[in-house]
Amino acid sequence: MTGSVIVAASFLYLAFLFAVAYFGDKRADAGRSLIASPTIYALSLAVYCTTWTYYGSVGRAASSGLGFAPIFLGPTLVVGLWWFVMLKMVRIGKTHRITSIADFIASRYGKSQLLGGLVTVIAVLGVIPYIALQLKAVSTSFSILTHYPAIVMPAKSETVPWLADTTLYIALMMAAFTILFGTRHLDATERHEGMVAAVAFESLVKLVIFVAVGLFVTFGLFDGFGDIFSRVAEDPSLRHLMSMGAGGNSFGNWFALTLLSMLAVMFLPRQFQVAVVENVNENHLRRAIWLFPLYLLLINIFVLPIALGGLIHFAGQGVDADTFVLTLPMASGHGWLALLVFIGGLSAATGMIIVETIALSTMVCNDLVMPVLLRYRWLALQGREDLSGLLLGIRRCAIVLILLLGYLYFRLAGEAHALVSIGLISFAAVAQFAPAMIGGMYWRGGTRPGALAGLSCGFAVWLYTLLLPSFAKSGWLPIEFLQGGVLGTELLRPYELFGLKGLDPIAHSLFWSLLANIGAYLCVSLMRRPNAREAGQATLFVDVFKQSRPAGDAFWRGSARIGDLLPLIGRFMGPERARAAFADYARSRGVASVEALPADAGLVHFAETTLAGAIGSASARVMVASVVQEEPLGLDEVMNILDEASQVRAYSKRLELKSRELEAATGELRSANERLKELDRLKDDFMSSVTHELRTPLTSIRAFSEMLLDDPRIDLAERKRFLGIIVSETERLTRLVNQVLDMAKIESGHADWHNGEVSLIEVVEQAVASTSQLFKDKDVALTMDLPESVPIMLADRDRLVQVVLNLLSNAVKFVARGEGQVAIRLCQTEEGLRVDVRDNGPGLTQQEQIVVFEKFRQGGNTMTDKPQGTGLGLPISRQIVEHYGGRLWVESVAGEGACFSFLLPCGKSTESLEEAG
Amino acid sequence: MIKATLTGQRLVAVFLLGCVLVNYPVLSVFNPEGAWGGIPVLYLYVFGVWAAVIALMAWIIER
Repeated sequence: MTGSVIVAASFLYLAFLFAVAYFGDKRADAGRSLIASPTIYALSLAVYCTTWTYYGSVGRAASSGLGFAPIFLGPTLVVGLWWFVMLKMVRIGKTHRITSIADFIASRYGKSQLLGGLVTVIAVLGVIPYIALQLKAVSTSFSILTHYPAIVMPAKSETVPWLADTTLYIALMMAAFTILFGTRHLDATERHEGMVAAVAFESLVKLVIFVAVGLFVTFGLFDGFGDIFSRVAEDPSLRHLMSMGAGGNSFGNWFALTLLSMLAVMFLPRQFQVAVVENVNENHLRRAIWLFPLYLLLINIFVLPIALGGLIHFAGQGVDADTFVLTLPMASGHGWLALLVFIGGLSAATGMIIVETIALSTMVCNDLVMPVLLRYRWLALQGREDLSGLLLGIRRCAIVLILLLGYLYFRLAGEAHALVSIGLISFAAVAQFAPAMIGGMYWRGGTRPGALAGLSCGFAVWLYTLLLPSFAKSGWLPIEFLQGGVLGTELLRPYELFGLKGLDPIAHSLFWSLLANIGAYLCVSLMRRPNAREAGQATLFVDVFKQSRPAGDAFWRGSARIGDLLPLIGRFMGPERARAAFADYARSRGVASVEALPADAGLVHFAETTLAGAIGSASARVMVASVVQEEPLGLDEVMNILDEASQVRAYSKRLELKSRELEAATGELRSANERLKELDRLKDDFMSSVTHELRTPLTSIRAFSEMLLDDPRIDLAERKRFLGIIVSETERLTRLVNQVLDMAKIESGHADWHNGEVSLIEVVEQAVASTSQLFKDKDVALTMDLPESVPIMLADRDRLVQVVLNLLSNAVKFVARGEGQVAIRLCQTEEGLRVDVRDNGPGLTQQEQIVVFEKFRQGGNTMTDKPQGTGLGLPISRQIVEHYGGRLWVESVAGEGACFSFLLPCGKSTESLEEAG
Repeated sequence: MIKATLTGQRLVAVFLLGCVLVNYPVLSVFNPEGAWGGIPVLYLYVFGVWAAVIALMAWIIER
């Protein structure tokens, strides 16, 4: 395959990637974001998988079996903490317009330019080996592919003159491409929607191609997983790859690499860029938490089959395991698949390089170059009206410079190492950000000197134990350096510092550098209290989720003029953009025009955060301070503000509690009121029913009395009959009044209960005896079914007789004359003593079964039939039974008779009554 | 903002569980010679835990 075909295919692919990015930018400008989806967000996070994953994992697996896995297990596990940690980072990033990890750390520790600069230096130096790794992978795969169908390992590039080295041109092409992607215009928020769209796309490409190669090797060249693994198991020289310990993959190193990758996936500049700066919506984090590790799992499933398959296939041929992904398809004559693999690798490298260099160039511009320009070329900057062009120029230069540095590292040190070893050096460097970042988000006590000390110590140890030895190994430093360190003493050996042996260089460096870093950070921070600015920023960061935290403008006091602020922002962002941003702000404050804005702390804060989006928070602080008159706040004042905020918080909590209590009380009052209304209505009903019931007998008494009074000629027999009616109606009246009184007494709890020892058998017999005349008069048969003995109860005998009497007289009232049958039965159940009175009368409908227990409601149709009772018998009976803890109910089917039953608990009720009595 | 700190706490629990399962000493238990269904026990175990952790997190978040 000729080089020109490969180059053409590469450019075609890159052009397509650029089209995706361009489309993404256009859509973003039109307000219809292409990347507003959690899936795109998760795919863009997969920029974590570079050529390291694509080529290097296989190389690592070929020497150490599972040793490649911790780099991906770490992120898989640590996303479990993202719900809290990453969400907080994103929220802080959005609130303070954070543009990079350097900006984050600088802003947290009092907007320190020095700290921002230090972080930038560490990030650039730390990530350069990583960029070199990408260049190496692309140039190696390019060189191998040009020899297709022969498989020739590339020659050492030291033998090639610099200008004839393809890697240099790859680096320059990447730089040009990144400039096209990332720095076409200056954005106030440093967001690059098109770039994210392109990165998400390339993530998909590399995944699909890698899985395709995996399938080809596993099922095309071999007979599935089992085949490859069993052939490896049979080979004594390869069998050790199937267990821990192969190729330095000890449990200790495994743990160290897991921890390292956990930190790297959060604090690598490009991961910070895609996860925090480019985040469109916090809620995208939800799905990304499981989608991102799923991506990592999918892209790693075929690493072992490809690595082991390559080892079997190329046994003894001297093929570099880092190239198996490419050389396996080549060896089996699949040229097009090999070309696709090259494109996939190019894709992985481009994605990483674009995002990483954009992130780094932002840091270099905002935190390294701008502070220097502001300090030493202040006058020169003063003279220029629009600085946005200058900012872009700085960034473009930074991108080219970073890629050239990457190339330089590749030339100097890259040849001696496998891909993964180079990448791990970078991981160990960015792990140094962890203490300052995590401490800054959760601990108020961290100070600027503490962060500076921690970062410098950690970085120095990293430099000494990892970066310099990598130069020594390549021959650019004397090899004796590895043996005796700088002073020639064994104690300072870079790989066995202070005599610590048994760890591989990465784990060794990670231990010492993090120890120095965390130790210095804590010790120096604890040496003094945070000053006013550190305390203010600490609160803004640590309490970012609290509703009542002080606003960003609470820590500023002074005077400003809109006429100074607007041109200042305009110089960095362009006058139109600045004016538009101020107009938006005016609208949100409800002010008609930009000129009418009050130049208060809120406006200054707005101007500063807007500017921070373009040039970083530390530089923005300096710029804004130069055009406004400020009164510095003392520590006491800051503490007062914080105290006020916490008091407000406490008050609002107490208020919430009170209002909840009030709500509960209101609810209770409302339901009590409802109950009272209901009772009032019942009383009214009762009164009208009673008066109605009283009027009926009164009317007839009065009518007959008047007849007797008016007409003296009525004969004696007639008079007797009339007087008889009057007497019986009077009796009914008396009975009614007695029952009403009785009812009222029972209901109000003032009834007299003459409790004594009662046998229900005697009660039933007495009631039957009392009603026997009624049954005889109506010719109704009464059958009794009584047990021989029942437990004695403590109750009012007369009341119980009244209940049974009432049920019996009701029964006899409703059965037909001559054919009526009533049965009374007493039995003992588990619940207590039960009395059933069954008749064969007309029965009750469902509705009647309910109303019959209401006061003044009688069985039968009261509108047509003459009332036969007072309508209070059953309600009173039920009250009596319930007084003794029992219940009274009816079971009936209309037309088939009814059965009234009551049940009295024996034992329980007597005990409770004894206590009460 | 994502509320539901309970979900967050469950995810932290998964994080802790995963850390224990794929590190010494639990990992050493699954480090014998031998294979299940042709696949070495160690490979199967690590990838199995890996997939299980993802499935657990997806379940916690999406249910």
